[in-house]
Amino acid sequence: MSGHSSYVPSKGFMQWLDARLPLPRLLYDSFVAYPVPRNLNYAYTFGGILSLFLVVQILTGVVLAMHYAAASGLAFTSVERIMRDVNWGWLLRYMHANGASFFFVAVYLHIFRGLYYGSYKAPREVLWILGVIIFLLMMATAFMGYVLPWGQMSFWGATVITGFFTAFPLIGDPIQQLLLGGFAVDNATLNRFFSLHYLLPFMIAGVVILHVWALHVTGQTNPTGVEVKSSKDTVPFTPHATIKDGFAMMVFLIAFAYMVFYLPNYLGHPDNYIEANPLKTPAHIVPEWYFLPFYAMLRAITFNIGPIDSKLGGVLVMFGSILVLFFLPWLDTSRIRSTAFRPIYKIFFWILVADCVFLGWLGSKPAEGIYPALSLAGTIYYFGHFLIVLPVLGLVETPKKLPGSITEAVLAKNGGGQTPAGATAAPETKG
Amino acid sequence: MKQLLLKALFAGALLILPLGTAQAQDEAGHEAAAEEGHGETPHYPLKRPQQLDWSFAGPFGHWDLGQLQRGLKVYREACSICHGMRLVAFRNLEDLGYSEEQVKAFAAEYTIQDGPNGDGEMFERPGIPSDYFPSPFPNPEAAAAANNGAAPPDFSLLAKARAVERGFPTFVFDLFSQYQEAGPDYIHALLTGYGEEPPEHIAESIQPGTYYNPYFISGPALAMPPPISDDQVEYTDGSPQTVEQYSRDVAAFMMWAAEPHLTERKATGFVVMIFLVVFAGMLFVVKGRVWANTPH
Repeated sequence: MSGHSSYVPSKGFMQWLDARLPLPRLLYDSFVAYPVPRNLNYAYTFGGILSLFLVVQILTGVVLAMHYAAASGLAFTSVERIMRDVNWGWLLRYMHANGASFFFVAVYLHIFRGLYYGSYKAPREVLWILGVIIFLLMMATAFMGYVLPWGQMSFWGATVITGFFTAFPLIGDPIQQLLLGGFAVDNATLNRFFSLHYLLPFMIAGVVILHVWALHVTGQTNPTGVEVKSSKDTVPFTPHATIKDGFAMMVFLIAFAYMVFYLPNYLGHPDNYIEANPLKTPAHIVPEWYFLPFYAMLRAITFNIGPIDSKLGGVLVMFGSILVLFFLPWLDTSRIRSTAFRPIYKIFFWILVADCVFLGWLGSKPAEGIYPALSLAGTIYYFGHFLIVLPVLGLVETPKKLPGSITEAVLAKNGGGQTPAGATAAPETKG
Repeated sequence: MKQLLLKALFAGALLILPLGTAQAQDEAGHEAAAEEGHGETPHYPLKRPQQLDWSFAGPFGHWDLGQLQRGLKVYREACSICHGMRLVAFRNLEDLGYSEEQVKAFAAEYTIQDGPNGDGEMFERPGIPSDYFPSPFPNPEAAAAANNGAAPPDFSLLAKARAVERGFPTFVFDLFSQYQEAGPDYIHALLTGYGEEPPEHIAESIQPGTYYNPYFISGPALAMPPPISDDQVEYTDGSPQTVEQYSRDVAAFMMWAAEPHLTERKATGFVVMIFLVVFAGMLFVVKGRVWANTPH
């Protein structure tokens, strides 16, 4: 996208169109000629996988919305009509429900890839911040989507999560009432959640376009963290990245299909097959698995801190855990991008991964016994990683020697000193 | 890079771990509570359901039509006195191997309230295939009032709405064994779990008018009396007329009622998996060709 366009429109209509609306040129430059580092590994395929899942979710969702009734007296039964009587309705609904989970699997891997290879560092700060915004929009969309089937967990999850807002003094109660459209979760809540659940994915799609735009301005990072220096360092997006992303998508889809067809309710909660009942609280209210680490942080604060009571403290910590990601580009003081060349940070990176999993496990536990104390420890470490480890380590750590260029690193790895043939050769001429 | 991929996959696997834990309680604590039960609040159910072999389990699962027909008979002659099944229509019974004529005759045995007619009156007529199973009580309040305060739950989704938590690490193995039969296992365990003498420390906490059942998911005892006894329903295919057999049959029937497209889903899945694996394999080969002369 940056640099010269190598697009040559064919004679006739394409030339005519190119002079008026160069959309084919934009697509050609973005997804065919666009240069990508030649050393990208499979950790870099999740962006493509996420785009695919956004499309899957929107397509299945649009059809589901044709059969769904957003009214508290009808919603639960209408979902069951989809499961029983709509042609392929069971497939659409199971794809949509499990698709949300796989969306989060992919986004978490994508985020940790970014953390590992320093994808948030200059000049990619805006790219990173747009990503965090997409993540927030995804969380809002997933939460509201989970309310729509109007099962017990839908209803009580919505009650608990909208209750967070009452923690804020003065503005808390009005915000909660605005969200609910009343004083409790009811028909008005369901209607506005349905409306927003339909709107937000298109906002995500909009921010994704900005995210990809920002990516194509700065170019991708790569496992060495060394910027692209010459055309030898890159290969054209098509066919190299297209085919690699395509293969990764298929592998991911195999795992997805396995859950949809054989274990469609594994990730769900049985209580959500019971219609919402405002008079009967489930024994344990648990959010979907992808919210569990944040749920653990919310419940970790069991004490008042000065004027901040424990409830507000928990809410602030939970929102703060995502807010801190916005400042990540400036919290990390190391000039080395890739963790592969930061021996000490590498250890801390994997501790952070383990900490997030640990918090997820704690989120599924009842808030009693030793669990809140463990959650507090996990929460303190989470913030410590971003607010202490990252700024300090960048100043004191001695990194490994960086390769001179991507090509140099690739050739060292492949054990040869020969010039890299074929990096720019046409694939169809190869053996 | 391969190593990194492995690490990423490992981290992914770790990330997936907590999901099952969401449904999983501490197994050790669970069993200790079942055996000792003193001090802390006991975890329910007191006993885990036995894991049975179901014809519809696994990747090639299919309905045992004879069993579903027997289950329908049990439902109709025993359960339906208290339990509705409002999401299942008579026309759905063709899935159980009945002909259109048989379904019409079956539906006609029910009386359905319809209306209002031209005079504004509600009227009663024989059922037709497009009617749904009528519920035994007009509303949940009436159902509760007639049943010691506990409304008998509707059967339509019960086999998916009840599952005893599996605990770590069982829920991880469930991913590979494709265990999705927690509902029917629970129903079978509950129906066959009556008649034991409660241990003393539990007997104290049992409310009058409830029945001790160590398999009940949310307490030591439930309001439903033992619902069925040997020889209560007559089988014409020679199957044993025991509570054990009735329980299996009605549990299988309830799984069908909750997930009527289950076998269609698994059969479709097999074709989809073959397609995806072959296509992924082809992409992998092409990918190798494209990158063959590009060290990376």
